[in-house]
Amino acid sequence: MLEKKKRSSSVEINSSPMADIAFLLLIFFLVVTTIDIDTGIGLVLPPIPDDVTPPPPVHERNLMNILVNSQGMVLINEQPAAVSTVREQVREFVDNQGVNPELSDSPDDAIISIKTDRMTPYNIYIDMLDEVMGAYAELRDAASLQQFGVPFGALSQGSEQRELIQEMYPKKISIAEPDEG
Amino acid sequence: MAKFKKKQANTEQNIPTSAMPDVVFMLIIFFMVTTVMREVELQVQIEYAEAENIEKIERKRLVSYVYIGPERLPGGGLGDTKVQIDDSIIDDINAIRQIMYDKLLEQPELIVSLRVDENSEFGIITDVQQELRHANTLRINYSTRREL
Repeated sequence: MLEKKKRSSSVEINSSPMADIAFLLLIFFLVVTTIDIDTGIGLVLPPIPDDVTPPPPVHERNLMNILVNSQGMVLINEQPAAVSTVREQVREFVDNQGVNPELSDSPDDAIISIKTDRMTPYNIYIDMLDEVMGAYAELRDAASLQQFGVPFGALSQGSEQRELIQEMYPKKISIAEPDEG
Repeated sequence: MAKFKKKQANTEQNIPTSAMPDVVFMLIIFFMVTTVMREVELQVQIEYAEAENIEKIERKRLVSYVYIGPERLPGGGLGDTKVQIDDSIIDDINAIRQIMYDKLLEQPELIVSLRVDENSEFGIITDVQQELRHANTLRINYSTRREL
């Protein structure tokens, strides 16, 4: 009389809600993921000068002084200039190759020194820096097109060609020491 | 003349769904791996400046953020320009040196991303930059949006 009860249903676990759980998790991660990539203008600050090693001598022609004052006006080597002309001037200065005695000896020697006032508006500083970076980008693009036939951006990160172009036009941008007080 | 019988496929018409969880799990794992949780609660208001010649920071793990902008006051107004690092507002500018130095020891390739409100004055940024130079964290990045 003690007959074993036979189960009519199959012993498998019903796995269809698993997909629902997985979808919920998926949606959670979709929502919290930030895809936005950080973009910005990269710069390397000069180290604090120490008293032991004197700063390397820089010939005056190799130095381009850009000053942004508190009214947001730009002075390049004591001459007032509009922000929109900075790019052209930087390009001429860097890519002079020793032709004009007023401008740099070679792109490797050219140093751009940026000085700001305490009251300088940040967005004008960024505009100006953007122009300087634009000048270097144009020079590197031109060099890359001439040498390899592709724009600089198409050269893969860390490749030899990229380093070669970077060495041709190194970004030597210096932030001037702030005035005391 | 009933020769034109409708052709009917013999196969089942259900799409097999047993593989769906696997696909979804793959997607989950992808998003779990790529997710970077929202970093901090911002206590300062930041409108990014715009620029054209920008570069991407691919390796987010190297980045440490410094936020500079007008402080958000409880009433919804804006206060003075303040510096925020991680979750707290730094009142003593000279403290940045130690904070950044500690971060640099943890991550020798540290990049400091300066997220600055576009209407700030440059003086406070000069102060922060001097502190960064003292801490020897020299790689910086001015966070900007792409100009359209």
